Amino acid sequence: MRRIISVLLENEPGALSRVVGLFSQRGYNIETLNVAPTEDKTLSRLTLTTIGDDHKIEQITKHLNRLVDVVKLVDLSEGAHIERELMLVKVRATGAQRAEIKRCTDIFRGQIVDVGPSVYTIQITGAADKLDSFLEAVGEVAIMEVVRSGVSGIARGEKVLSL
Amino acid sequence: MELLSGGEMIARALEDEGVEFIFGYPGGAVLHIYDALFNKCKVPHILVRHEQAATHAADGYARATGKPGVVLVTSGPGATNAITGIATAYMDSIPMVVLSGQVQSHLIGEDAFQETDMLGICRPIVKHSFQVTKTEQIPEMIRKAFYIAASGRPGPVVIDLPKDLTNPHDKYEYEYPKKVKIRSYTPASRGHSGQIKKAAQLLLAARRPVIYSGGGVIQGNAAPQLTELAQELNFPVTNTLMGLGGYPASDRQYLGMLGMHGFYEANNAMHHSDVILAVGARFDDRVTNTTSKFCPGAKIIHIDIDPASISKTINADVPIVGPVDSVLADLIAVVRELRQAQPELPDQKALKVWWEQIDEWRDNHGLWTAPRYDVTTDFIKPQQVIETLCKVTKGEAFVTSDVGQHQMFAAQYYKFDKPRRWINSGGLGTMGFGLPAAMGVKLAFPDADVACVTGEGSIQMNIQELSTCAQYKIPVKILNLYNGYLGMVKQWQDMQYEGRYSQSVYEDSLPDFIKLAEAYHHHGVKVTKLSDLEDAMKEVFARKDELVFMDIQVDPHEHVYPMQVAPNGSMRDMWLSKTERT
Repeated sequence: MRRIISVLLENEPGALSRVVGLFSQRGYNIETLNVAPTEDKTLSRLTLTTIGDDHKIEQITKHLNRLVDVVKLVDLSEGAHIERELMLVKVRATGAQRAEIKRCTDIFRGQIVDVGPSVYTIQITGAADKLDSFLEAVGEVAIMEVVRSGVSGIARGEKVLSL
Repeated sequence: MELLSGGEMIARALEDEGVEFIFGYPGGAVLHIYDALFNKCKVPHILVRHEQAATHAADGYARATGKPGVVLVTSGPGATNAITGIATAYMDSIPMVVLSGQVQSHLIGEDAFQETDMLGICRPIVKHSFQVTKTEQIPEMIRKAFYIAASGRPGPVVIDLPKDLTNPHDKYEYEYPKKVKIRSYTPASRGHSGQIKKAAQLLLAARRPVIYSGGGVIQGNAAPQLTELAQELNFPVTNTLMGLGGYPASDRQYLGMLGMHGFYEANNAMHHSDVILAVGARFDDRVTNTTSKFCPGAKIIHIDIDPASISKTINADVPIVGPVDSVLADLIAVVRELRQAQPELPDQKALKVWWEQIDEWRDNHGLWTAPRYDVTTDFIKPQQVIETLCKVTKGEAFVTSDVGQHQMFAAQYYKFDKPRRWINSGGLGTMGFGLPAAMGVKLAFPDADVACVTGEGSIQMNIQELSTCAQYKIPVKILNLYNGYLGMVKQWQDMQYEGRYSQSVYEDSLPDFIKLAEAYHHHGVKVTKLSDLEDAMKEVFARKDELVFMDIQVDPHEHVYPMQVAPNGSMRDMWLSKTERT
């Protein structure tokens, strides 16, 4: 099962490498990873998605918690949450294709953020499966380059992950 | 406030931390620090002959005393040589602080002379690591390193120190923090009372209980509480390789070690139990054998300071996270309270039947109820060497070991009644551990008997430390169980590779260990006959102020038994001799 684990991490040199190292050391997979400082500059927020059964996820969270740099963490997929990913896609857009791609982008509530004579660059945000669907709709032939940020997430309602 | 350089801060901080010994080796990147040690430091420094030995000596010191061992090495090869010892300490949860030199800050990343990414290399084998980026950080980082190393589940902590930050000309205000707080690090201080009550109820309902106690009981200083609980309930106790001494071996309730080379009665008691109380143990693969066949009828209570050790390989029915000493103390209190209301618990009749069963196992197959090895050969048996060692030292010695057959014989046949007396590399299984570890122990306890049980393979992995022992007059006793083979490798090759001794034979290449000991200014004794063994050993231990290398010729073809059947065996499936299995 796919899980979203969100970690508050000391914004220290080497902290990220400890998290990433833990995954390779213990044979766990990271599907996506994103990390940036929070409003408190001493803390980073790291969000990663991984796949595993309950036992494996429990081990992952326990081992993450054991890292001295990890302040707190939460498995967002355990409760109601919002999940977003940002994607930039460069597509070949010529002739009739230009209108078709524009329509498709509108349907997915994306934006064309750069226009060239034969190229569009599109920005789309949403849950990971929405981004997958967009790529499918546009079609492999048109796609020149894809950049995805990895999943970010936050719990719904009053719940917060903070100090 | 006093102004000190980075190097002086390190020397002073180690004093302020109450460090008794620094084990180290100088080199370019740490020369400023060594100069500060020379001028100012009251902490004695032990110059080893190889950095691996520095870590093992610090490790031995830590295991025997419970206090963090301290290592100082230079950058590059100094740091990488320390890696095996750091990994050894990590696997066995031993508190250690390693100060490693680093090239000057502005050279980091430029492949400078003797540069290595120490923090990167040691990351998977340390509890935590620090890189100093400003001299002013040094006192606090050292205080934090000691706190992290010794608290919670202990482990090694590395501090990487770029040379320029220890420059004697750059001085800063020094104050050693009394306390540090780390917001992201809060080890559990008490066990959950609800879980402890559940555990007590389960224990009192048990009919075939067993207590399985590990290295956490030793490291967590919980041997008295464990003993009290076991005796309150009259429950049998088995110790892991790391947990020997956690329960007194000479007590009737002790079943011996469990696991791959565990006692018949211990492995059977585990397999047939209905309740297992696991304390500070981690269900290692050398204990459980095939996990899917592990103790099919048992409910498991698991007490450990590290939540990640609970339900890792074997699912716990009642997990309790906390320091083992306080959790056991709380558990004893709850058990007593429940027994006041229901004094008939646990079921005494069931317990009597269980003990009769255990005694039958013990009488028929126990290693201590009769010799289970062949006594008809002319050879000295390695088991007899350990039995003699135990007799001559009255079971009171600190025994360090290397890794292999001799280690298992020592674990099986030396009766440890006290914690911290058995010093071995259990998790990583590091050959070369024994001699330097014995140095660390002997320095901490100069009046105690310290024996290093070893073999020709292991001892040669750190034999150079005979020189360190000569320099600092560290009179440990080395018992070399000489069989001319890499014994444990040979045993596996006998059992699984039809006796093809691929690279496990020394032929005629071994040194004359007696002459070697003498070359290092020590005394050597060779024993080839059983009839000489005890007297020779008495004489060896009577030489209080000398390091004695005792080279004992033992049966080259002896195997360690019992040995669990693998793969696909359960706890109780064992070879009991070369021909007999359960």
